[in-house]
Amino acid sequence: MQDFATKEVTTDLLIIGGGMAATGAGVEAAYWAKKNGQKVVLVDKAALDRSGAVAMGLSAINQYVGENSPVDYLSYVQQDLMGLCRQDLVMDIARHVNGSVHMFEGFGLPIWKDPDGQYVHEGRWQLMINGESYKLILAEAAKNAMATLDDDGEIVERVFVHELLLDKNDKNRVAGAIGFNVREPYEFYVFKAKAVLVAAGGAVHVFRPRSTGEGLGRAWYPPWNSGSSSALMQEAGAEMTSQEVIFIPARYKDGYGPVGAWFLLFKATATTASGVNYMGEGLAEGGELHNWLPYGAVKPIPTCLRNHLMMQRVYMEGDGPILMHTDKAIEKIASEAPDEKAKKRKIKELEAEAWEDFLDMTISQAMLWASKNVYPEKGPSEIIPSEPYFIGSHSGASGAWCSGPEDLQDDTSKAEYFWGYNRMSTVKGLFAAGDGVGDSSHKFSSGSFTEGRIAAKAAIKYCMENADMPEVDQAKIDELKAKTYAPMKLYEDTKDYAVGDLHKGYTYSEEINPNWIDPKMLMFRIQKIMDEYAAGWGAQYTCSATTLNIALDLLKYVREDLDKVAARDIHELMRYWENNHRLLIAEAHVRHKLFREETRWPGYYYRADFKKMDEGNWGDVFANSKYDAETNEWEMIKRPIIRFVKIEKVVGMV
Amino acid sequence: MPSFVITDKCDGCKGQDRTACLYICPNDLMVLDQERMKAYNQEPSMCWECYNCVKICPQQAIDMRGYADFMPLGASVVPLRGTEDIMWTVKFRDGSVKRFKFPIRTTPEGSAPPDGGFGFGSATLDDQLLATEPASLRTDKVWTLGD
Ligand SMILES: Cc1cc2nc3c(=O)[nH]c(=O)nc-3n(C[C@H](O)[C@H](O)[C@H](O)COP(=O)(O)OP(=O)(O)OC[C@H]3O[C@@H](n4cnc5c(N)ncnc54)[C@H](O)[C@@H]3O)c2cc1C
Ligand code: SF4
Ligand code: SF4
Repeated sequence: MQDFATKEVTTDLLIIGGGMAATGAGVEAAYWAKKNGQKVVLVDKAALDRSGAVAMGLSAINQYVGENSPVDYLSYVQQDLMGLCRQDLVMDIARHVNGSVHMFEGFGLPIWKDPDGQYVHEGRWQLMINGESYKLILAEAAKNAMATLDDDGEIVERVFVHELLLDKNDKNRVAGAIGFNVREPYEFYVFKAKAVLVAAGGAVHVFRPRSTGEGLGRAWYPPWNSGSSSALMQEAGAEMTSQEVIFIPARYKDGYGPVGAWFLLFKATATTASGVNYMGEGLAEGGELHNWLPYGAVKPIPTCLRNHLMMQRVYMEGDGPILMHTDKAIEKIASEAPDEKAKKRKIKELEAEAWEDFLDMTISQAMLWASKNVYPEKGPSEIIPSEPYFIGSHSGASGAWCSGPEDLQDDTSKAEYFWGYNRMSTVKGLFAAGDGVGDSSHKFSSGSFTEGRIAAKAAIKYCMENADMPEVDQAKIDELKAKTYAPMKLYEDTKDYAVGDLHKGYTYSEEINPNWIDPKMLMFRIQKIMDEYAAGWGAQYTCSATTLNIALDLLKYVREDLDKVAARDIHELMRYWENNHRLLIAEAHVRHKLFREETRWPGYYYRADFKKMDEGNWGDVFANSKYDAETNEWEMIKRPIIRFVKIEKVVGMV
Repeated sequence: MPSFVITDKCDGCKGQDRTACLYICPNDLMVLDQERMKAYNQEPSMCWECYNCVKICPQQAIDMRGYADFMPLGASVVPLRGTEDIMWTVKFRDGSVKRFKFPIRTTPEGSAPPDGGFGFGSATLDDQLLATEPASLRTDKVWTLGD
């Protein structure tokens, strides 16, 4: 096997990831670092211009608080997650997010304006944009900011970070990270840093996707985010939170095209196959939503409950599929036009808006409609709940347990939620943002960028106040380097097995070499276990202690088999490490589901053995966990949900 | 498939300072066959159809064939991305064609100012203000409890 050179990079702050949160971190860190003589390095597994969940673009900015107060936004988030959120974190993002959005406009992002020059809203919190280049524009701002640091600012692309380093003398202090270049020169990277900010997104392909053939990659969530935020932090011993709270978006079938504009902007309705308005039915007196009080009876109906009504109808009553009545919505808006000419113009305008919604962020959906001759003005289209994803920045809640801001607390919450530096995890010097931070859902693109800014400022402050460089154990690095490339070594060592003595005379295709499995099969194994035993779509989103324990047993075998995964080249090596990360988030997820003995988010998952919400035991607690990588042991912890701001009225989307 | 390279058009980005499609793919899918100097998608089933390779290719040598397991053949969606806007041509299986044009940015390429045009304020490491605040908030202070 070739010898991989080691490249060492020493910095004050290391930012891992290059998405929404990391670009925000880059912009903010550059300012504070320049002012204080600090160095910043940002490392992304892909190219900053088009990496992360917004690689393709977006058609809306989903968090803009405008004239509303941060408490209004909090009321909506708390309602949507069935009471679960960290109030301090949510309000912290909400009070800064307008500034980020105004900056985006200054960077050059086209935000729709009405004739009076006001932003065009999709809903109360959402702004419409021409977002094809959204990510590129933010990346540009981050690059320009980092460039002001000259030699003290560096952006490293195409390096996959797979493990964090801890201080030799203090196991609860971060000391850097390791990674490897997936492009030539194929170097092994050792980053030494005082502070590390993890912003490496959420996870997909932990659960089996609905499409498993060529369209495997067409999940709603982009296939390149593999749970690194969680895995890196968990492995380093950081306390994690709400790892049971995945997100299941209901979207146009197969392409997973967005439905937000259809519901909010075009006011379309969805029904079951037989025409039942399942939302109306659920809301009506005696309807299903009243089994989920107080959240079921208050608008906006939480995302999981909207899924729940859909799932009930489709799976239990067989009244599927669910249809979005695009044709009726267009007809209704057009009919309000004063004359035939205006009506035609209106329809044309709506058509362009509808297609742009897809072309800006889910081009496949446009291709799918074109390939099936679907004209939204002529007939309805099917929507369907997807497989579960980990995306704490959206309508899930998984991520690290982090300190909040000092000022947005009362005395009780401060004792629990504040430990010195905003967005620092329980490991000293280890910060997170975006999908990396739990219990603060609905930050979306703009809120993730904002949280990156918040965390970066705090991380520079930390670097100033903890100026001594942590110490890294060289022996540990050597060990990690061997571990990094082990799958390639296994391949080299055993690829000529067929000509060895033992199995002389046997032939087989390379994939079924008895010495190994390839990284893709590792992924399929995890997906099958998760789908069938941990409440994937194949199990109709249902699990129980029995099935979760089976999942744990099977995942244990997967862990034992990790040293039997072979990688033919550096690309497959990256796939191996992605799936290694998926395995860790899968294990965490199953343990959290097992720990929380209730069904709090029907429509995300059901505990068949605890069918109801249990406010008494679980209504006021977060499920947290800590993993000890050395002993492979898990500790489950309950932390209090302190709702120090009383919500008088839930402020909705419209 | 999903993204595929039209070999007649691909020149391996010979004259460029980087191989554009390899550079941009967020999932590390595009590789260059060094012998033929042609790029290809090495792992089609991990493609998100994000079109970033299609948009960036200087030769317009990359096209998309919809996922074989659920897309009937015959449709195409083709972008033409300029510096200020993007043109889309959507061709249906039944032959009908729709064209759309949308703006993509309002500032010249490369010029995004890190402060968003708001300048840097008077924030210090010990307060709750971010670098461009309060100006970027368009208020005179950052919100806190009791406001
Ligand atoms: C399909 C979809 C539609 C959405 N629609 C909207 C919308 O309309 N409006 C809106 O506001 N928000 C929307 N969102 C939400 C928004 O995209 C996310 O909230 C946001 O991108 C989260 O930011 P992040 O920085 O945490 O993660 P990301 O932006 O996903 O960034 C993750 C980064 O980490 C890098 N990375 C991953 N692993 C590693 C590793 N091991 N080593 C190094 N780098 C790594 C990736 O390359 C990437 O740069 C949508 C999300 C999805 C998936
Ligand atoms: S960007 Fe286009 S021309 Fe360049 S290597 Fe890729 S396919 Fe070929
Ligand atoms: S469409 Fe996107 S994911 Fe697919 S090869 Fe091109 S850049 Fe990569």
